[in-house]
Amino acid sequence: MMRYAVIRFPGSNCDRDLYNAAVKAGAEAEYVDYRETSLEGFDGVLIPGGFSFGDYLRTGAMASVAPITKAVIRMADEGRPVVGICNGFQILTEIGLLPGALIRNTGHTFISRDASLKIVNDKTKFTKSYSKDEDVIFPIAHGEGCYFCTDEVYADLKDNDQIILKYNENPNGSRGDIAGIINKKGNVLGMMPHPERALESILGSRDGFKLFEDLKSWEENHETVR
Amino acid sequence: MKQFVEPTETDIKEQKLYKEMGLTDAEYEKVVSILGREPNYTEIGIFSVMWSEHCSYKHSKPFLGQFPTEGEKVLMGPGEGAGVVDIGDGQAVVFKVESHNHPSAVEPYQGAATGVGGIIRDIVSIGARPVGLLNSLRFGELTSKNNRRLLRGVVSGIGGYGNSIGVPTVSGEVEFDPSYDTNPLVNAMCVGVIDHDRIQKGTAKGVGNKVVYVGLKTGRDGIHGASFASEELSENSEAKRPSVQIGDPFTGRKLMEATLAAIEMPELVGIQDMGAAGLTSSSSEMAAKGGSGITLNLDKVPLREEGISPYEMMLSETQERMLLVVEDGSEQKFLDLFDDMEVDSAVIGEVTDNDRLRLYYEDELYADIPVQELSEEAPVYILEGRQPEADSERRDYSDEDLDAAFKSLISHPSMASKDFIYEQFDNQVGSNTIQKSGFGPGIVRIEGTNKAVSMTIDGKSRYVYADPYNGGKEVVAQAFRNIISTGATPLAMTDCLNYGSPEKPEIYHQLEASTKGMAEACRTLHTPVVSGNVSLYNETKQASVLPTPVIGMVGLIEDIGILKEDKVSEGDALYIVGDLKAQFQGSQIEKLIDGDIRKVSRQIDLDLEFERGNMLKEMYISGEIHKIAPIGRGGLIVKLAQLASHYNIGVDVAVDVRADLLFSESASNYVVVAPAGLEITGAREIGAFSGDAFRVSAKNYNISYELNEINATLKGAIPACMSSVD
Repeated sequence: MMRYAVIRFPGSNCDRDLYNAAVKAGAEAEYVDYRETSLEGFDGVLIPGGFSFGDYLRTGAMASVAPITKAVIRMADEGRPVVGICNGFQILTEIGLLPGALIRNTGHTFISRDASLKIVNDKTKFTKSYSKDEDVIFPIAHGEGCYFCTDEVYADLKDNDQIILKYNENPNGSRGDIAGIINKKGNVLGMMPHPERALESILGSRDGFKLFEDLKSWEENHETVR
Repeated sequence: MKQFVEPTETDIKEQKLYKEMGLTDAEYEKVVSILGREPNYTEIGIFSVMWSEHCSYKHSKPFLGQFPTEGEKVLMGPGEGAGVVDIGDGQAVVFKVESHNHPSAVEPYQGAATGVGGIIRDIVSIGARPVGLLNSLRFGELTSKNNRRLLRGVVSGIGGYGNSIGVPTVSGEVEFDPSYDTNPLVNAMCVGVIDHDRIQKGTAKGVGNKVVYVGLKTGRDGIHGASFASEELSENSEAKRPSVQIGDPFTGRKLMEATLAAIEMPELVGIQDMGAAGLTSSSSEMAAKGGSGITLNLDKVPLREEGISPYEMMLSETQERMLLVVEDGSEQKFLDLFDDMEVDSAVIGEVTDNDRLRLYYEDELYADIPVQELSEEAPVYILEGRQPEADSERRDYSDEDLDAAFKSLISHPSMASKDFIYEQFDNQVGSNTIQKSGFGPGIVRIEGTNKAVSMTIDGKSRYVYADPYNGGKEVVAQAFRNIISTGATPLAMTDCLNYGSPEKPEIYHQLEASTKGMAEACRTLHTPVVSGNVSLYNETKQASVLPTPVIGMVGLIEDIGILKEDKVSEGDALYIVGDLKAQFQGSQIEKLIDGDIRKVSRQIDLDLEFERGNMLKEMYISGEIHKIAPIGRGGLIVKLAQLASHYNIGVDVAVDVRADLLFSESASNYVVVAPAGLEITGAREIGAFSGDAFRVSAKNYNISYELNEINATLKGAIPACMSSVD
């Protein structure tokens, strides 16, 4: 059974949703305070959305130097699953575990809506239950979700099949419609949309459930990226 | 020798400094008689905010007394931070609406943000976890650059706070009317959920118990905010910008979690949010409710900067603060908890048995005021209202160009899609939102259950202006219809009364007559009032805003199974429930064609309203009907356009009435979507959802549009206004 640490920064606000999603899919989960320095006993890390430290400096910037961060980097280096959603994605790019950056939406306003997305890469440990080009609906809710990267990084992402999720209708100006990426090793995932809010059809979509099932069965899955 | 240089008692009296604080000569004399001496600067400041309209309801108290406040499900009515209503299984909903009009007029972002923050703290101070936010917004027409600036600022302020603190914004209403030019109305409502045994009160009891301050350090922001909110806006209002508070949702979130943790501790005696009038109102109101006195040592208050005087501390409206009373000896436990949760806290005083609010700064006494008199003996003004003369009625618009009218109405921001606004609010954080802003009430599931709370906020100011008494009834009825339309049973309501200056006889009449109508509607529709707020003096340049009572209503859905799927589909029949009567006073077509509102009485039958609503609700729950859509602004034809756009299905409707009745806004009418041939009392089938055209006909009237065109008009209207340059 996979046991996930849900990291809580002051200002995180999707921590309960993410915790509930992991548990609902059958994984174990536990909250871990950002002041901790160890993630011993955990098999993976989930970094929730929200406004860590108010996002007053720059989204994710303060969280990227929090005490827990070193332990998160260690987990990533060991090849364990590290997932950042929304603010979590912003934090992972600030830490440098994922390339690129998230900047202000090109329309300048916060955008909250159900987004239609495409699974671009179904050969990752996170998306093995999806099929290639499958359309899914996950809610988005962000002010700074425009994925930005250099030409070199973009070419790299494409060459390595690191882009796993794209917007069907780009809401925020993200380069190449990118909504979610993984690292080269295939164990760190960052995405702006909220799969943890898409677990039940009565709430609008249950397309996110498979992602959490894949997280639950991470160990059993030996396929790797590429 | 006091270390703060302030006007003396004699200065205050002789130079009438109390007038700048909003007190009259008579009110000053009353303070003198209560104290038995002339007040010092700190004391007169305290009286001035506690006796401001905002805190004391001195012009509205007699009207508020008319509202029914009790009911079988009501656990706590008005008087505390928010009302509490039973939803079964040991749980309850906690809710309240509050205005932030004046601050939003001079500083739209912060005004709106702190409105949201303040109402969330009201809910949290009862011990409830907030599950949904709503807002009711009114602006002048978007053809004006200033109104666009205000809309942009208010919307980003609401989002800036609500999105960050992590409470979903699930419903709202927005209206644009010239009467709100430069004086927008920003009303925010919050709904929380609580277990019965966690309900807290704002009370200070038990001699020797400690007063604990928690939250943001006090600064000089928002000094005299409550007094500012109680006067008319003017050209000088810009200078009141420092009276606007600054929101900090990051600290707000930490404080929310810290408060909800503190509520689990048995040593907590009472708690109150430091909202309007900050430390002054929280400490004195808690003492008054507990029948105690309070002594504060103001040198212990956490401060943002040095040199803040007791006067400034007591009047500051720095946000994100709570005041707690805890059992003597337990204070360290609370301080440790708050320390761990990274919010500032300090023991700043204790409860006494002397019925006085005493303020010390480094052992020097700065104020000594009897608590009961301060909070209970605020003056109450009963004025004379004057009913304006009735206008002649216009009952027929059939000679007008009704096709042009239709197009104008669906491209007016009041009736067009509000996606531009609602997409800026996180509506799903918490993962319990079943229905979000944009098309009816918000519906939020009660976590871990099969129940949901339906919540709506509504205002109908043009009707209230046309006929305050019946218009007042219609506002409550409109909220009732909306709650019913989700299959929920209305439980109770909260009200926010936004009016002009009560010192004007016609405004006083509006207040008097509309609250009477509202109270009657509350009784007949079984929706007691459990909380509320009053905002008067919404005036600019000699003009008053339309009388705008806003109703927040909450209902219970016993089984969310009924909401599992939206059964509406192509081929479903459309019905009109109720009669289309000629009722144009206060309507949108009247506004479009005639401009002014005719002061002519409106009709509403509350018994019929109740009966019809309940019948439709039962038919919806049983699955017989697929959708209930109350008819509102713009009448039947606008509702049909909104439905077609929402479901993205064409409409083919023929109504055998005079064509202008398609635009009439008579009360208690609904459009219902159901299979064809269904027997519904008081209803007739008028057509169906079919194809991809919008076709509506009546006597000598026949319109047909591509559905795409209707969609584009409704969705494009506000964005087009907002991107216009002038």
